[in-house]
Amino acid sequence: MAKYQTGMAAIFNDEHQLVDAARKSREMGFKKFEAISPFPIHGMEEACGIKRSWIPYVTFVAGLTGLSLGTLFTWWTSAVSWAINVGGKPFFSLPAFVPIMFELTILFAALSSVGALFVACGLPKVNPPVIDPDLTCNRFALFIPSNDAGYDEGRISEMFRSMGAAEIKKAEF
Amino acid sequence: MMKRNELVLGDKTYRDVTNDILKPVEEFPSKGWVGMFLGAKALFLFYLISIAVVIGTGMGLLGVNHPIAWGTMIITFVFWIGIGHAGTLISAVLFLFRQKWRTSVARTAEAMTVFAVMTAGLFPLMHTGRPWLDFWLFPYPNQRGPLWTNFRSPLLWDVFAVSTYATVSMVFWYIGLVPDFATIRDRAKNKIRQTVYGALSLGWRGTAKNWSHYEMVYLLLAGLSTPLVLSVHTIVSFDFAVSNVPGWHTTIFPPYFVAGAIFSGFGMVVTLMTLVRIGFPQFKDYVTLDHMEVMNKIIMTTGMLVGYAYGSEFFIAWYSGNAYEKFAFINRAMGPYAWSYWVMIACNVVIPQLFWLKKFRRSIPVMFVVSIFVNIGMWFERFVITVTSLHRDFLPANWGMYAWSYWDTAILLGSFGMFLTLFLLYLRLFPAIAIAEIKPVMFVGKDKKHGGHHG
Repeated sequence: MAKYQTGMAAIFNDEHQLVDAARKSREMGFKKFEAISPFPIHGMEEACGIKRSWIPYVTFVAGLTGLSLGTLFTWWTSAVSWAINVGGKPFFSLPAFVPIMFELTILFAALSSVGALFVACGLPKVNPPVIDPDLTCNRFALFIPSNDAGYDEGRISEMFRSMGAAEIKKAEF
Repeated sequence: MMKRNELVLGDKTYRDVTNDILKPVEEFPSKGWVGMFLGAKALFLFYLISIAVVIGTGMGLLGVNHPIAWGTMIITFVFWIGIGHAGTLISAVLFLFRQKWRTSVARTAEAMTVFAVMTAGLFPLMHTGRPWLDFWLFPYPNQRGPLWTNFRSPLLWDVFAVSTYATVSMVFWYIGLVPDFATIRDRAKNKIRQTVYGALSLGWRGTAKNWSHYEMVYLLLAGLSTPLVLSVHTIVSFDFAVSNVPGWHTTIFPPYFVAGAIFSGFGMVVTLMTLVRIGFPQFKDYVTLDHMEVMNKIIMTTGMLVGYAYGSEFFIAWYSGNAYEKFAFINRAMGPYAWSYWVMIACNVVIPQLFWLKKFRRSIPVMFVVSIFVNIGMWFERFVITVTSLHRDFLPANWGMYAWSYWDTAILLGSFGMFLTLFLLYLRLFPAIAIAEIKPVMFVGKDKKHGGHHG
């Protein structure tokens, strides 16, 4: 089971406020904060200082694995394990195996990318705590966990207020 | 600067968007939906019974015979798999091209893909005649050697292509649905809905880090689906083109099949979308007439591509100097199956020309009727390719006619029951427009009162 942290949450009614709030929190020295939104927001990665996702590397390696396995398997079954002469074609008929190799490349790459997404986002989560049910509809939240450097409830609620938060509360996330 | 058309009509807030799109999911179904669902389900049950009778008795119930060993099963397989292609084109290819209008149609088009591929996938399995032995299609370790499948056969390539396509389309569709399932979960007023959609949402929380990975995976899946969708119909066309039958053995088949698939798929998207707009009037603000018009333009363009392919086949039949090839095409246009050839030409090449006129492109009744003709025409295209090529090939002693039977009709019509049952359930249970995707693009074409980030 994933462990959840208590902390302070600010809720905003506009996505631009959230982007500004995230930038400001980072400038204030917070590192473990989360910006929660119902949809991806343009410019959010820069504001939070999130690096480019590492998932494409997984995709690339998985694709190569699929390609190699497809090549090896068609070669081994057709030329080694039980070589059958089909219409006088070579046992290892590479051009004829390209479709299989291609499909396995795509299959491995796609499924591994999704697997990597599950790992990166910690999915699936069973019944995770919800700060506000509208965070998947029309509201936006910034959450600072209590184990973050410089966590101080008074200071944080003052900061949240200056950012224009519509609601400030203690929460678990 | 050229003004962009609004992607979402009306002055809506984020909450309005959520409410509009989730209305069918959260409310008791309308009488219209229940009526259509019962009709579709009855047809689906009829399909299951027909399948049971055909498999129980044997494939001889269908019109397949010597020399036409490929009939309704293969024709209808290619028909449905082709329909699936438009969904992937909209959800993946147009995503890569940054066509924002695709957003409101993508979810339903992708659903159509998944259900069309499911419907299609059954046909080759039934066509084997002994579906309980269908696991032989896959290379698995067995006690006969092991005896492996023949990887040089296009029919085996098809097994890999279609199963990969079905898997990847379903995964792509599901990943798109995850944030919207979370929306339903958080709005749920009763425990059952909250639990079911909570499980489907996988506990999605929408943090900035999650979205960053999510958008990357979405892009990767779109990038992987694009060559995949082209490969699938290419490989389906290899089923024909790799053989030596005149009328099948041509190099134009892969692009010709892919163009035809996109053409037929957009026909089906327009058919379904016109109906969805009638059934759920609030969707008219999301799937606007502009969207329908763009799709009609694609129908006309791909229809002409297909028409070009028909012409090119005739030219090559003459230019190749091959007597059998030439005969196959003259026989198509003037032989005993000429009627089916001219139905195909009328539906696929002539009727979509109506869309040259803006008035017709933007008229719901006109586009509905045209899209139905496109569906009919594209089924006949596969009929023409499969049956007319086989029925008179090299030796006149081997000539014959397809013995179309009651069961061919039952299987063909019944497959629509399966597709429509799945599609109607989808409209009731899943958000039919991607909520989390439409919100970032809903201010396109509007005054910049919401700040400058939405370009």
